[in-house]
Amino acid sequence: MKLNERSLAFYATCDSPADSAGFLYKRGERHGAYQRRWFVLKGNMLFYFEERESREPVGVIVLEGCTVELCDSRDDFAFAIRFGGARSRTYVLAAESHAAMEAWVKALSRASFDYMRLVVRELERQLAQA
Amino acid sequence: MRYNERELLCLARQPAEKAAEILMRVPKKGSVLKKRLVKLVVNFLFYFRTDEAEPIGALLLEHCRITKEEENVFSISFIEEPERKYCFECDSEEQCQEWIEALKRASYEFMRRSLIFYRNEIQKMTGKDPLEQYGISEEARFQLGTRKQ
Repeated sequence: MKLNERSLAFYATCDSPADSAGFLYKRGERHGAYQRRWFVLKGNMLFYFEERESREPVGVIVLEGCTVELCDSRDDFAFAIRFGGARSRTYVLAAESHAAMEAWVKALSRASFDYMRLVVRELERQLAQA
Repeated sequence: MRYNERELLCLARQPAEKAAEILMRVPKKGSVLKKRLVKLVVNFLFYFRTDEAEPIGALLLEHCRITKEEENVFSISFIEEPERKYCFECDSEEQCQEWIEALKRASYEFMRRSLIFYRNEIQKMTGKDPLEQYGISEEARFQLGTRKQ
């Protein structure tokens, strides 16, 4: 499936404010080793870059239909972005401190468009009644 | 750029805000209008060949410009390349206007601005911050005046 990657890359790197940004370790799918990456959350898109100064993201995780949970693994400050569905992937990330882990888990679990839409609709309703 | 394609394909199967068969032309040299099933789901516009279950492509609708072109026609372009247009020819002017409206409101950024606006209005009218019950009132992304476009 084609994706408008150039626009995505632009969105990731342009100077619109990020909702969260910082270093996280990302566990490799195949080899299981962690790699340090610079992560930028904008809306429901979690971009990751090789370096903070990289001009283009290596990848993006679209945050719809996922849950974010703490890992009870031996890995410090690890958490997982888990998608439903049969052969869906789980992204395991690790922060550099407990506080950072908590902040990321909070930010990511409320990042979806669906969540935002729920809140907006609720506020619309409240405004109509106020 | 890597992305979680399987999840995006799953998203494409979700109920759409709006879906229709529309003639579409992509900004590639020599490309022509082709009938596509176009589906708006969250801030993505998926487009399918009319007889296929999997989309040919998806457009993330952030930092994009929706423009009325000639009669029944609108285009989507992205701010970094405004001349590169995805064109859509609708069956009627009415359908065209409906899509333009829907697409202009489809971005996450638009929703965020709406949220900030409503929050502010409710606060003015009731003296209470409606986001407090969600535990998100301190988040930087919902503060008035801290965001520039």
